[in-house]
This record gives sequence, C-alpha cells and structure tokens, in this order.
Amino acid sequence: MNSAVSPFELLQLDGLLSDEERQIQAVVRQLMDRRVRGDVGHWYDSGHAPVRDLANEFGKLGLLGMHLTGYGCAGSSAVAYGLACMELEAADSGVRSLVSVQGSLAMYAIWRYGTEEQKQQWLPGMAAGQLIGCFGLTEPDHGSDPASMATRARRDGDDWILHGGKMWITNAPLADVAVVWARAEEGVRGFLVPMSTPGVTAREIKQKLSLRASSTGEIVLDEVRLPASAQLPEAQGLKAPLSCLTEARYGIVWGSLGAARDCFDTAVAYSQSRIQFGKPIASFQLTQAKLANMALELQKGFLLALHLGRAADDGRLTPEMVSAGKLNNVREAIKIARECRTILGANGISGEYSVLRHANNLESVLTYEGTSEIHQLVLGQKLTGIAAFS
Amino acid sequence: MKIVVLVKQVPDSGAERNLRPDDNTVDRSSANNVINEMDEYAIEEALRLQEAHGGEVTILTMGPERASESIRKALSMGPDGAVHVLDNALSGTDALGTSRVLAAALQRINPDVVLCGAESTDAGGQVLPHMLAERLGIAALTGARKLTVEGSQLTIERQTEEGYEVVTAATPAVVSVWDTINEPRYPSFKGIMAAKKKPVETLSLADLGVSAEQVGWTGALTGVASHSKRPPRSAGQKVADSGEGGVQLVEFLTNEKFV
Repeated sequence: MNSAVSPFELLQLDGLLSDEERQIQAVVRQLMDRRVRGDVGHWYDSGHAPVRDLANEFGKLGLLGMHLTGYGCAGSSAVAYGLACMELEAADSGVRSLVSVQGSLAMYAIWRYGTEEQKQQWLPGMAAGQLIGCFGLTEPDHGSDPASMATRARRDGDDWILHGGKMWITNAPLADVAVVWARAEEGVRGFLVPMSTPGVTAREIKQKLSLRASSTGEIVLDEVRLPASAQLPEAQGLKAPLSCLTEARYGIVWGSLGAARDCFDTAVAYSQSRIQFGKPIASFQLTQAKLANMALELQKGFLLALHLGRAADDGRLTPEMVSAGKLNNVREAIKIARECRTILGANGISGEYSVLRHANNLESVLTYEGTSEIHQLVLGQKLTGIAAFS
Repeated sequence: MKIVVLVKQVPDSGAERNLRPDDNTVDRSSANNVINEMDEYAIEEALRLQEAHGGEVTILTMGPERASESIRKALSMGPDGAVHVLDNALSGTDALGTSRVLAAALQRINPDVVLCGAESTDAGGQVLPHMLAERLGIAALTGARKLTVEGSQLTIERQTEEGYEVVTAATPAVVSVWDTINEPRYPSFKGIMAAKKKPVETLSLADLGVSAEQVGWTGALTGVASHSKRPPRSAGQKVADSGEGGVQLVEFLTNEKFV
C-alpha cells in the first residue's frame, strides 16, 4: 500500500503556516491526545465533562483568551487561535465550545467593553482558568432575533435591576460570572453578573443529544440587583454582543474543520483495515471517491479559514467574511462527518469511534452563533443590498 | 546560579530512521528532527533549579542550521537564551570531537551546572557527559533520577538496575538525567511567542579556538565501518496453556530478566 498522506499534506497547506503557528497547533494537539481524546467518549456518554479541571489545564497553556492582549492573556495571532480551535474541536466540539465561550464571548466582552477595574477583577482569573465565564444573549423565545429580547434592565437609584431569562448558555451551570445582555430604556446594555448574586439561578439542560461533553444551562434572573459598576460602559446597543459573536464564530470556522478532519482520519484508517469482498474497502472506487471529495472540501475549508485569519491579523476581517466562513465550513464539516459515518458502516454509530459524536455535535454548531440560514441572509443582504430580516 | 542545558537535535525516534548508505551517518535530511527526548527532562530540571534558586538557563546546541528549530522549541519551554555552535567543518564529528567543541563553548559560558540527557536517541553512546567533565576537569554526576542543590553542593540519586546510589559533588559539575527525574512541561503560548525574541548567539569553530582538523571527518577517532538493517523478528515462542501456562510464562520472564 502506498503511504497515505493527510488531506492537508496533499496541497502542502502546512507550508502556509509559520513555525510558531505550527508549534502552537502541535502543543494543543498533544494536550488533546494526553488529556481529552482518551476520555471524551466517556464524558459524552455520561453527559458530564470535567470542565473546571480542563479550564485549569487550558489556562496553564494559555488557551483561554489567547488572542487577547494583557491581563494574563497570551496575545497570539488570530491564525494561531484558529489552529488551536481546530485541534480542540478535533477532540470534541464541546471542548472547543468551552474555550470559545470563555475567551471569545465572556473574556472578549469584558476586554472590549469593560472598565479597567472590571478587566483587572475578572480577566487574569479567567485567563488562568480559575474563573469560568458564560455569555447570556439567547433567550427561550428569542434566538436568531436577539433584538426582540425580553430580559429587561431598569434603574433603581444608582443600581440596576435585571429581570428575565437566558437559554442555551454554555457553562452557565458552573460559571462564576455571566455576561448578560438586557434591554434598558436607552437600548441593549451588557452586565457582569456574578452567578452568586441573589436572584440568579442556573439550571443544567438535560437530555441533550449533542454537545454532551459540554455543560449547557438556562439562567433565570429574578429581580437581580446589581451595582452601577456591573455595567459594561462601552457596550452601546446590540452591536456589542454581535461583535462578540463574530469573535466566537471565527473560532468555529476553524474548529468545525477540526471535527471534520478527525472524522476523515478515522474513516481513512477504517477503510484501510476493514476487509469486505476480500479486500480493504479503501480499494473500492466509491470509497475513494468519497475520500477524495471530502479531502477537497477540507482543504478548501482550511484555505478559507486561513484567509480569514490572515485578514483578521491585518485588521481587515468583516462580519460578512466570518459569516461566509462559518456557513461554508460548518455545512461542509457536518456533511463530511455524515459521509465518514457511511464508510464506517454500522461501526459508525458506535461510541467506539468519534464520527457520530462529531456529527451530532456539529448539529449544535450549525445552529449556534448564527444559524446557517441567518448567515445565508447576511450574505444575501450583502449581495443584494436588501435585508430579508430585520 | 548559571545553568547550561545541552540540547541535541535528533531524528524523531517515533518514525522510521535510516543511516546514509554513503558515509554511514544518520540521515537527517528526510527525518522529522526533534529535541532529543531525554534533553527535555534536562531542560525541565534546569527550569526547576532556576525557579528554586534563581539564575539563568542557557541552551547549548552543536548542529547544522536546521538545529535552530530545536533551539527555538527548547527556548519556548522557558530558558533565557541559547548558544548555537554552527560550522560546516563540524559535519562528521564523533563524540570525542563533539566533547571538544562543547567543552570550549562551556568554558566561554562558565556555568555552575551543566545539565544534559543521559543519552541521545540516535547515537545512544552515553559517553558525552563523562568526556565533558574530563575535559573541563569537573565532576560528572551521571544518570540522575533526582537532583537536589544546597549551596554549591549537588546531590543526585543515580539510577541503577538494582536501585539507586546517592552521589554528591560540588559545583561546577555535569549532571546527566534520565526520564524518571521529572515530567517536562508543555511550552505555554506565551513561551512559544517569547522564544523568537530570546537571544541566540551563533559561534563558529574559530570563535571557540578549535581548529577544523580536530573535528569533522578528519578529526574523528571513531567511525561507523558499515551498517545493516536489523533482521526481521523471529516468530517468538508460543505457550499452549494446559494448566502449566502461567508457570511457563513466569519462567520465560525470569529467564529474560523481566522479573
């Protein structure tokens, strides 16, 4: 048998990365091999991941808020952050979600819109993984249309009173602090809500069939009294939380590729060792056609992600570009995961292999941080000048 | 405390490795080159000494241009700087020649402690720490599984087949370590990004006052005459269990000195 090459070796895409970027990628991959890959199937099965332990280890490495500067953050390039997301999600989308929510949503919101005191109070501990953050924008009745949110913020003297609820909030059940978005008289405003504040409760969402190695919760805010210092002063309007989502989406552009790559690697290895009709199924033309097509999409997705990463590092990245990346790469990743499942046949549905776990995870990834349909509409608006929503 | 860690770039021992057919040297061109595994433990031990006692940690590498990749990787773990001995005349240098060059470099740096892996995964000679100590006229504490420092007193637990020996010496000294001594850290992202800004001094043979005749092919006192592939494994021994299987297994393991 000729030696097999990875899809990224096929086009020598590795050569587009700097030594430093490759080293960061390799370190994350090693950490996943050592700490996650062997156990994640069990976490998924039991619906419980050791999030705090993982956060501590990720913090030591510098993964949390790695693309932010100062306050204990590593200050890496956007490309390096993307590569880290790819390796995290090659292990599991839930593990990547933990890092995305901590770094791109919660930490970024504080870093971008917070006061110096808020940054000093929260960011170093969050970068180290000792404090866990979550991000409350989505509500039970308001998903793609966050502008219609029902959570309200009203003034009471110098204090704020928050009332409402948030849904599908990654890490909410174990978080120390939530970045909560609420509608005030003057518009949408952001608040740092310690989860121990009276009136705040978080409930774990059970019976998930996706992202089971990740903690997801509902936050109930019952007349929660916060001091004026809890408000993020630089966040004015819905643009602020949407800018956080763009940050996290960027990580998904890379991360989804990682999940697809892991499925691909699994399918190639399986096809080489699975004997049917007296020969490895890798020798059948239909299998090879599937593998060739998937390898193409992986490479195209990588080039797209890298293009966005380089643009981000040059300060040229727009939200529409990120929408294009998320739309394409997650859509292709879930197709690849399902196609790989067919190569593994019945074994494809077993938790002994990663492919159906990835495919199930990607169902969530397809929807969160802007559904595929919303990203199509974002691009549609850009292409036609007409907004189909709003 | 001034600590130097010797770092050698070797072909990845996890991949297929070859000797070149023409001159019997390790084929480094096609191999994935990495930091010699045991040297990572030496780096970790140096960083722990630095954390406990202060001072600075310098990486010392002799090797071709591409060895600079391994130097950067070593620096990403946390050392302060590096010295790279780089000279075309070094190609073909044997262990004696290498010890001559490294000793000359160490005399320039004048460290209190020289740490290195107990062996390399390519040559596996385990001779360099002794040669260096001899050339420098300092103590050699080799094969350590534990190292403690009190003032200028170094104490190691020297790993042996039966157990360990406690050996002490005063600084300066060469200490070689096994992989039982610690668990090397992962480079952090900050470490990786800081590594490219750390100083790496490149020295030639002339800088070190070593003549080209004393090293390389001409200066080598040892050489590899020929090499061949290891023969394929023989079939092994099957034990059919008819009630005595366990005993036979234990006897086999005892005879092979596994237990």
